[in-house]
Amino acid sequence: MMDGSPVLTRRSTCAYCGVGCGVLLTADGGGGVLVKGDPDHPANFGKLCSKGLALGDTVGTSQRLRAPLVHGRPTGWDDALQLVADRFTQTARDHGPDAVAFYVSGQLLTEDYYVANKLIKGFIGTANIDTNSRLCMASTVAGHKRAFGTDTVPGTYEDLDEADLVVLVGSNLAWCHPILHQRVLAAKAKRGTKLIVIDPRRTASCDGADLHLPLAIGSDVALFNHLLTEIAARGAADQDFLRNTNGFGDALDTAQASDLRVTGLDPKDVAAFCDMWIGTQKVVTVFSQGVNQSTSGADKVNSILNCHLATGRIGMPGCGPLSVTGQPNAMGGREVGGLANMLACHLDLENAGHRDAVKSFWNAPQMPQAAGLKAVDMFRAVGDGQIKALWVIHTNPAVSMPEADAVRNAIAGCDFVVVSDITGATDTARLAHVLLPAAGWAEKDGTVTNSDRLISRQRPVLAPHGGSRPDWDILSEVGRRMGWHAPFNYQSPAEIFREHAALSSIAGTFGKDFDISGLSDLSDEDYDALAPTRWPVTDTRQGGRFFADGRFFHADAKAKLLPVQYKAPAAKTGRRYPFRLNTGRVRDQWHTMTRTGLSARLSSHLAEPFLDINPSDAASLGITPADLVEVKSPHGACILRARITSDVSAGQVFAPMHWTAETAPSARIDALVTGAVDPVSGQPESKASVVSVQKLCAKWYGFAVCQDMPAPTCEYWALSRTTAGYRVELAGRDTPDDWERTARGLFNLPAAQITSFTDPARTLHRLAFHEAGTLRAALFIAAEPVAVMRDYIATRPGEPVDHILTGRTPANVPDPGPILCSCFGVGINTITRAIEEDGLLSVDEIGDALRAGSNCGSCKPEIANLLKTLTLPQAAQ
Amino acid sequence: MAREKLVIIGAGMAAGRVLEHVTEAAPDRFDITLFNAEPRGTYNRIMLSPVLAGDKSYDDIVTHDDDWYATRAIKTRFGERVTRIDRATNTVHAERGPVAYDKLLIATGSDPVIIPLPGHDLNGVVAYRDLEDTVTMAGLAPGSKAVVIGGGLLGLEAAAGMAARGVDVSVVHLMGHLMERQLDPEAAGLLKSSLEAKGIAIQCNADSEQILGDDGHVRALRLKSGTELPCDLLVMAVGIRPSVSVAQDAGLTTDRAIVVDDQMRSSDPDIMAVGECVQHNGATFGLVAPLFDQAKVVADTLLGQKATFVQQSLSTKLKVTGCDLFSAGDFADAMGRESVIYRDLNAGIYKRLVIENDRLIGAVMYGDTADGTWFFDLIQSATDIRNMRDTLIFGPAYAHDGDPPEDPLSAVAAWPLERRCNGLTHAPLSYEPLRRAA
Repeated sequence: MMDGSPVLTRRSTCAYCGVGCGVLLTADGGGGVLVKGDPDHPANFGKLCSKGLALGDTVGTSQRLRAPLVHGRPTGWDDALQLVADRFTQTARDHGPDAVAFYVSGQLLTEDYYVANKLIKGFIGTANIDTNSRLCMASTVAGHKRAFGTDTVPGTYEDLDEADLVVLVGSNLAWCHPILHQRVLAAKAKRGTKLIVIDPRRTASCDGADLHLPLAIGSDVALFNHLLTEIAARGAADQDFLRNTNGFGDALDTAQASDLRVTGLDPKDVAAFCDMWIGTQKVVTVFSQGVNQSTSGADKVNSILNCHLATGRIGMPGCGPLSVTGQPNAMGGREVGGLANMLACHLDLENAGHRDAVKSFWNAPQMPQAAGLKAVDMFRAVGDGQIKALWVIHTNPAVSMPEADAVRNAIAGCDFVVVSDITGATDTARLAHVLLPAAGWAEKDGTVTNSDRLISRQRPVLAPHGGSRPDWDILSEVGRRMGWHAPFNYQSPAEIFREHAALSSIAGTFGKDFDISGLSDLSDEDYDALAPTRWPVTDTRQGGRFFADGRFFHADAKAKLLPVQYKAPAAKTGRRYPFRLNTGRVRDQWHTMTRTGLSARLSSHLAEPFLDINPSDAASLGITPADLVEVKSPHGACILRARITSDVSAGQVFAPMHWTAETAPSARIDALVTGAVDPVSGQPESKASVVSVQKLCAKWYGFAVCQDMPAPTCEYWALSRTTAGYRVELAGRDTPDDWERTARGLFNLPAAQITSFTDPARTLHRLAFHEAGTLRAALFIAAEPVAVMRDYIATRPGEPVDHILTGRTPANVPDPGPILCSCFGVGINTITRAIEEDGLLSVDEIGDALRAGSNCGSCKPEIANLLKTLTLPQAAQ
Repeated sequence: MAREKLVIIGAGMAAGRVLEHVTEAAPDRFDITLFNAEPRGTYNRIMLSPVLAGDKSYDDIVTHDDDWYATRAIKTRFGERVTRIDRATNTVHAERGPVAYDKLLIATGSDPVIIPLPGHDLNGVVAYRDLEDTVTMAGLAPGSKAVVIGGGLLGLEAAAGMAARGVDVSVVHLMGHLMERQLDPEAAGLLKSSLEAKGIAIQCNADSEQILGDDGHVRALRLKSGTELPCDLLVMAVGIRPSVSVAQDAGLTTDRAIVVDDQMRSSDPDIMAVGECVQHNGATFGLVAPLFDQAKVVADTLLGQKATFVQQSLSTKLKVTGCDLFSAGDFADAMGRESVIYRDLNAGIYKRLVIENDRLIGAVMYGDTADGTWFFDLIQSATDIRNMRDTLIFGPAYAHDGDPPEDPLSAVAAWPLERRCNGLTHAPLSYEPLRRAA
C-alpha cells in the first residue's frame, strides 16, 4: 500500500444497484483497486456483473475534487463548513426551518444517512429531507406500509433459488440486477423454474423467458386485479391465511369491476399467466421501477401484494413479493428515515408517540410535526423561493429529476446551494455555491442494506483522495458548528451505527419490524468485522423471512388487502404529443454516469443515448436507422439517435436515462419527463410521459475520437470514454465555414499537424490531427450519419496516424464491432462471425470459443438473442 | 521479290518504336533508310533530365546504337537534313543526295519555341530539346547563374538539373502557377515549395521583356516588372512547335501539324507521319505514351494490318528527384465535376481526384503518387466508383467495391439485431412449456 503497510484484501460491497453484492478489494499500491466478487457473500457468492467488475476503472482521480470550492475557489474546510453552518443557521432563523432542505441519495452509507436525517429533522427542525430513493422506491415503501404496516421486504434472495415460477413486473432484471437474473437463470437450469416477464417493452430479460406480456404502459393494476379475480374464481384463495388480513372482500369487489382490456394483452397470454401463477405455489413476483415510477405506483404494488396475501404465498421459502431496489443503500436510507415522511427505524414522523420517542432519544430541541416536502415538491419550493438553502449530497437532481430543466433552473436560482460529491463535473455540482469534496466509494467506511435486508459492511482500501472527507464527518461537523456539539460529536461510523441500532430498539418497542438492537453493543472491532447480517437482529430473532406466521405490523397485527383501481397515466397522449415515453437503464451504465462513464469498457456497450421506436412509427415519420430525432414534451426537448426496433410497441418510445450535460446535453431525458407524482408515495411517473417525435434536420453528422476531453458546441453531441481517450457523436443544423478551425477548437489542438480528406459535394470532411506521427484526434463529417468503423477508430488516438481517414481497419483486419461482452471485450461482429462462419450454436459454445459471456454473464441474454435471430432463417428453411 | 523501300525522316523515340515493331514483325520486308538531323540515332529523350542532373550518362539513355541498325540492315543517314520531298517521283532529297521510297514516314518531331524577345539571338540563349542543349547546361560551372523561362515540365526539369550541379537557377513563369496544364494551384504550390527548397528561385506571373547581353553574350533577363535577373545562360522552355516545313513544302495537308487519319496516313496515302509532328482529330502530342500508340498503328499499317489510333487520357510524371507528382485526365473545374481532396501538407502530400457522373476523370497527386497507375486505369476504364468513393483516394488497398458502407448505427448498435437481419422480428416466445406445466 501507499503507506508502506502490507497489501491487504478487504471485503466490501459493490457501489451500484440494490442487489448488494460482496466484493473483495485490494489496493494496487498505485491508487487503483483490484475488484473481485466475494465468494462468501450471500447476495452474489463471488459473481459480479459487468458494472461491478469494472469498479476498478472508476476509482481514478482525474475528476476528483481535492478541496472545498466556495464560488469556484478552493477554500479550506474551516471556512467552507463555517459558511455552510452560518448560512443554514441564518436561513432557518430568518425564514423558518422549512426554508432549509437536504436532498440526499441511496448512495450514502447508513451512518451518513443517519446523521443527515438526525441533523435536519431533530435539530434544524424541518422534515425537508428527501432522497433520490423517492424516484426509485417510494411507491414500494407506501405499498408495503399500507399492506403490512411497515416497509418490510418479506422474503430473501434464496426465494429466487427455490421458486418454481418467477414473475418480473416492470423489471429488466437481466440488465439492472444481473446477478439476481443469473440466480433466476441458474434456478431455471437446475429446477426448471419458469420465468414470466411483464413489461411494455421487450427487454434483455425476455430472452430465456417462457412468456412475455407486453402490457400497456401503466396498466399493471388491471392485470393483477384480473389475477386476483381468477384466484378467487378458481378457489385458489387461502382462506386460513386470509384470517390474518383485512380487506379481501373490498379488494376483490374492486378487482372484479376492473377491465382487463386496458392492458391491451392477448387474453390467451393472460390466461397462460394466470394458469402459471395460480398453479404454482412457489411463485416470486419481482417488481421494480416499472411498477414504482408511476402515478399509480403504490396501487400497483398493492395489487401485487394483494395476490400474494390472498394466496398466503408470502414469507415462505420460494414465494413472496420481492421489490428490487436500484441503489446500493436505498434500503438503508429507508431504515434511517431518509424520506420526508419517515422517522428513523421505520417509525412514522406523523405519529406523535414515535416522534416523541425519537425526540427524547436524540435529546432533540425540536421535531417537525408534519411530513416534509417530497422530492418533486421540494424542488418546486426551491424554484418558487420557499426553500432558500439546499444541500444536495451524492445525487444529480439537475439531470435525474422529472422536468429536469425546471429543476436545474430552480437550483441555479436558489440563494444558497451546497453540493457534496466526489467530483465537480456533474450538472448539479456546477450549480453549487459551496462544493464539498466527499470521500469516494473505495475510501468509505460504514454499512449498506440491500434489497433483501442484508446489512453489509463497506470497508475502505484507499485513503480519502486529496482533502476529501467522509459524509458522516462533514455532516457532523456542520451540526457541531451550528451549535449542537454533543449530539454530533461522532468519532467513527461504528459509534453512529451503535446509536442507530440502539434507537431501533424503540421501533421494537412500538412493535415495528426494523429492530437491530442486538447490534447496539457492537465493539469497534466487531463492527469492523461484521459479516453480512440480515435484519432484524434482536435477542429473540435474527434475519429470516417475515409474515409466514400471519403477524403483520398494523395495530391489529393483520395485513391489509387494498381495493385498487386501474388509473391511466397522468399525461395523456394526443395530436400534439402522440407517443408515450418510457425510460430506463442500459446494461453497463448506472444513474448519471458519473462513475460508470469513467470506464472505457462500460462505455463501449452503448456509447450514445438513443430512442427506441417501433418500425411502423418510424416508417410513418420517415425515420431511418441511425437518424437523429427530436423528442419534445410539454417540459422540454431532446435530440436522440433513433433505433428502430419492435422491442417497443407502436405508439411507445423508450430512451435511457443516463446522459447528462456532461456527456450529451441534448439527451437529458428527464427534461421531458412529467412531474406528475403518485398521490400516495410522491414518486414521479418517470415511465409514462407524452412526447412528439420528428426527424432532426441536421446539416451534418460527425464522429470524433481524441485523447483529451473535447469541447463540442454543436446542437447534438454525445461523449463517451474509450481506452484511448474519448469518442464523440456530433450533429449540427448549421455547417461551419471552416472545418479545420472548427475541429481545432473542438479538440483544443491549435498547432497540431493536420491531414484531411474532403469531398465537399457530399459534405464529407475527415480531419486527422497528429504530432510527430502520433494521432491526437480525428473528426469524420458527413451529410448523413457517419459510416465508419467506430470501434476500431476509437482505439487509434495515441497510435501512428496511418490511414485513419479511411474510416476503416487496414485491409483484412476485421472490425470487432461494439463491445457486447464487457469482461473480455468481445464485439458483436466477432460473435456474429463465430455464429455465421464457424457455426457456433449455443451461448455456451460461444463462451468456450470466444470467452464472451463466460464471466459475469450480463451479456448472455444478448448473445442468446443474437443466436436466435441469426440462426432463425436457416431453421426456417 | 524486291523489298519495299521505306524511308523515315527523323530518329526520335516514335520512329525508333516504329522500327522496332516493323523489323521484329517483318525483318526482310523493307529496305529502310533512316534520316536524322541530329548526328545520332534514337535515344530516350525524356531521360535527358537525369543526364542533365548527372544521375545518368548519355550512354545510359541510348536505345538504338549503331549495332542495332547494322544488325537490321538499316541505312542510317545521321547528321543529314532532308531538304525536300518529291511526291511526283517518290523521292526524298537530302543534303548528301536523294533516295527513292515506296513508303515514307515523317517523324520530324518538334522544334522548341523561341520567344522573339529582344536579345533572343545572343550567345548563351538555348532551348531544352536535345543532347547538345543538355551538354551546354551541364557545362555550367558551379556558382554560375542560369535563368529558365517557362515553369512547365521541361523548364522545371532543366532548372532542377542545373541546380543539382550547383548552378544558381531562377525560373520565371508567365502563368499564375507552375505546370498549369498538369497541376492545380495547390499541387503546384507544393511543387514550388519543394523546388525552392532545392535553392531554385521561382517567380510566377512573370512576363519577360528583354534579354540583355554584353559582347554578344547573355548577361541578364529583364522582366516587365523591371526586375533584372543576371544570368550566364538563359534557357527557353516555353513549349514546342511541330516541325512541319518539309511536309508543308511537299504540299501535304497541314494545320498546326501534319494532319493524319486514324491509320496515321497523311493526305498522301504513301506518306505517313508519327509523333510530335502530327495532328490527329485536332490534337497534337507532346508526351511519350500516345507516340508509342501511334508507332504501333504506323507499324501495323505499314505491314498491311488493320489498326486504329485512339487518343487516350494522359498521365504525367515530373522527373525531378524529391518532387513526386502525377497528373492524369481532366481536372479543370466545370459544372457537374466534383473533387475529392486529400491533404497532408506537413508531409508534402496532396491528392485531388475529379469525378463526373460517378466516374473518375482526372487525378492530380503530389508527394505520394504510388496509386497513380490505379487511378489512371480507373480513368481509362471509366469505372463506376460510386461505392468506393469514400475510400477511393486511399488507393486500391481500401477499395471494397460493392461492400455496403459501414453501419452508422454501430455507435448505438450493441443490439441492432433486426437491422442486421433485414427486418426480421424476434421469434415469438413459445407457450408450449407453459401449457404442460399448468
